[in-house]
Order: sequence, then C-alpha cells, then structure tokens
Amino acid sequence: MNQWQNFSKGILKENPVLVLVLGMCPALATTSSAINGLGMGLASTFVLALSNVIISAVRKMVPNIIRIPIFIVIIATFVTIVDMVMHAFVPDLYNALGIFIPLIVVNCMVLGRAEAFASKNDILSSLIDGLGIGIGFTLTLTVLGSIREILGAGSIFGYKFIAPTADGILVFILAPGAFLTLGILMALNNLYKNKTSKTTKNS
Amino acid sequence: MEYVIIIISAIFVSNVVLTQFLGICPFLGVSQKMSTAIGMSAAVIFVLTLATLVTYIVYYALLAPLHLQYLQTIAFILIIASLVQMVEIIIKKISQSLYQALGIYLPLITTNCAVLGVALLVIIKNYNLGESLVYAVSIGIGFGLALIIMAGLRERLEFSNLPKAFQGTPIALILAGILSLAFMGFTGII
Repeated sequence: MNQWQNFSKGILKENPVLVLVLGMCPALATTSSAINGLGMGLASTFVLALSNVIISAVRKMVPNIIRIPIFIVIIATFVTIVDMVMHAFVPDLYNALGIFIPLIVVNCMVLGRAEAFASKNDILSSLIDGLGIGIGFTLTLTVLGSIREILGAGSIFGYKFIAPTADGILVFILAPGAFLTLGILMALNNLYKNKTSKTTKNS
Repeated sequence: MEYVIIIISAIFVSNVVLTQFLGICPFLGVSQKMSTAIGMSAAVIFVLTLATLVTYIVYYALLAPLHLQYLQTIAFILIIASLVQMVEIIIKKISQSLYQALGIYLPLITTNCAVLGVALLVIIKNYNLGESLVYAVSIGIGFGLALIIMAGLRERLEFSNLPKAFQGTPIALILAGILSLAFMGFTGII
C-alpha cells in the first residue's frame, strides 16, 4: 500500500464514523453547528496524529503486557495539551464543546488506531494514517454539523440565510436530530457502497 | 429534596445516553439482546459509582491541595483503567457466577465515556460527596434504562423487513432518535 492510499482510506473507505462506527459520542454530541463539528474534528485529528507518531516511535521499547496503559497516558498527554491550548485561544469553542474535549481520551477511534496501526508500523506511515483518519473524522463531523445547522437554525457557519426572526426546525439542533441525521447519513453511505460494489461486480 | 431532583434529572430529563450522548458505543454495541443489556447495565452502575467515589477523593484530597488540577484527565483515566482491572480480578476470585455474568463487559467499560464523563461532571458541577454518589448511581440507572428499552425494541426489529441500506447501525440510530424524542417529553417536569 503506498502512502497516498494509506492517507485516503480514512476519508471514505474506512471512514471512522460512517463505516467503522468509532467515535460516535463526539460525532453526535458536538455537531449542533458546523463550526463545533469542525473544531472537534480538528482537535481529535491533532491528538490522533501526534499520539500515533509517539506510539510508533516507542513501539519497540514498550513491553507488550502494559502497552494499553502506556498508550492511554500518551494520548491523555496530548488531550491535556489540546484542552489547555483551546481554553487559552478559542474560549467560545472551548465552552461549546465542554466536557467532550477531555473525553477525546476515551474516544475509541484514537486508541483503536494506536493499537491497530501505530503499534505495528513506522513513524511516517503512522503519521499519515493518523492524519487520514482524522481528516475523515473532521469531514464527517463538519458535514453532519452543517446539515443540522442548515435544517435546525437556517444558517451555515453562523451566517443566517433565512429571515432573522424565523426559526429553523429546532429538533435538528437538539438531541434527537443528531441521531436521526447520523442514521440517515450512514444509510446513504451504505447505499452508495452497495451501488459501487454492484457496478464493479457487473463490469 | 435536592437528591430527588438530582435523581429525576439524571435518569429522565437529561438522560445520559439519549440527551448527553455519553456511552453511545456500548449503547449501540450491546443492545442487540436483552440478557447482555442487563449484564452491561449492572456492570456500568457498579463501576460508575466506584469510579466516581475514588476519583472524587483523589481530586479533592490529592490534586486540589497540590494545585495539580490540570492533571485530572490523565489521573482519572488511569484510576478508572486500574479500578476496572482490579474489580475484574476481585470478582473472579470471589464469585465465579458473577464473573461470568459481568466479566466480559468489564474491559469494555474502560472506554465507556460515561464513566470518565461523570467523574469530570461532578467536579464541574461542584457536587459534594453525597450528591456525587447519588448522581453517579442515577446516571448508571439512566444508562441501564435506555439500554434495556433499546434492547427490547431491537429484539422486535429483528423480525421486520428493512431496506438493505438501513440494516444494522443506521436503523439503531434512527430508533435512538425516536426514543430521544420521547425522552424530550420529560423536559418540563423539573
């Protein structure tokens, strides 16, 4: 597998949210608007890429039996860095995402990549894998956030395009809208996958 | 009275799974059968309460006096991971039947974000020890309630004829959305 395939697999073929069903909690909780989804995605990408690099760098020194606690400490270190940086520079986004920033540490997507990829591959591939999966995650969250913001508030990235006094379909910003939108998005992805696999079989 | 409000709001009004989105992975992963849903719920209530107790004490007895609050994420996740491991070993020694009922769910709980989430939330909400424990138990019950309702619905869903694209996780999410809509009805009671 060349590095480009390694990078691009995370975007559609092994999309962490839509295909692997990892990292569902932040995907549902932080996508009430496009900007929140984007912020959460970028924060997770940072943690994913850098923890992949460090885990890959120390993979030969770590005894197999205690590898999970060591991975968790490395991930938690980067999460703490992200937490402090966001608190200092983007306080609005920090408040909007709230508890889900420290919760990146238990995002199964991050530990999953550490265990499945970074602990077995060299530093460069691990970095590229982390970036690819992270960008796939960010894109999904941004799309999900955009759909919910357009339907729920009638705006996109904060720019309102319906009459200022009008409300959107509020339920899409609230909790049920998250489940419904992600469910439909996932079904569409399945539909696309079934279609493409059928055409490749026929040809 | 305060305790009653905490209990009702944690179980129904802001249900941990359906409105706060904590613990979605086990909610979708182990809700296919009623028996596994009950086992998982019991394990979560137990670990959640224990973890909240220990992290609360560590935060106020160790981290706060030493001004090490910024270490809370690392400290809490390590405490939870080792606690889960320890509980697993103890249950295995004490009761084989309990181990068979709960054992397989215990390792999964480390990455259940509800556990770390509650440990962080009781610090943010400035609860005292009693309130924290009541809150933790109620969150656990709320998680169990959502999981068991979901398992009951999904057992029925097995027999229905779905479009192929919706089979599996997508329909489970739609179902959770409708459940969440139903739980929104509790919003006014407090």
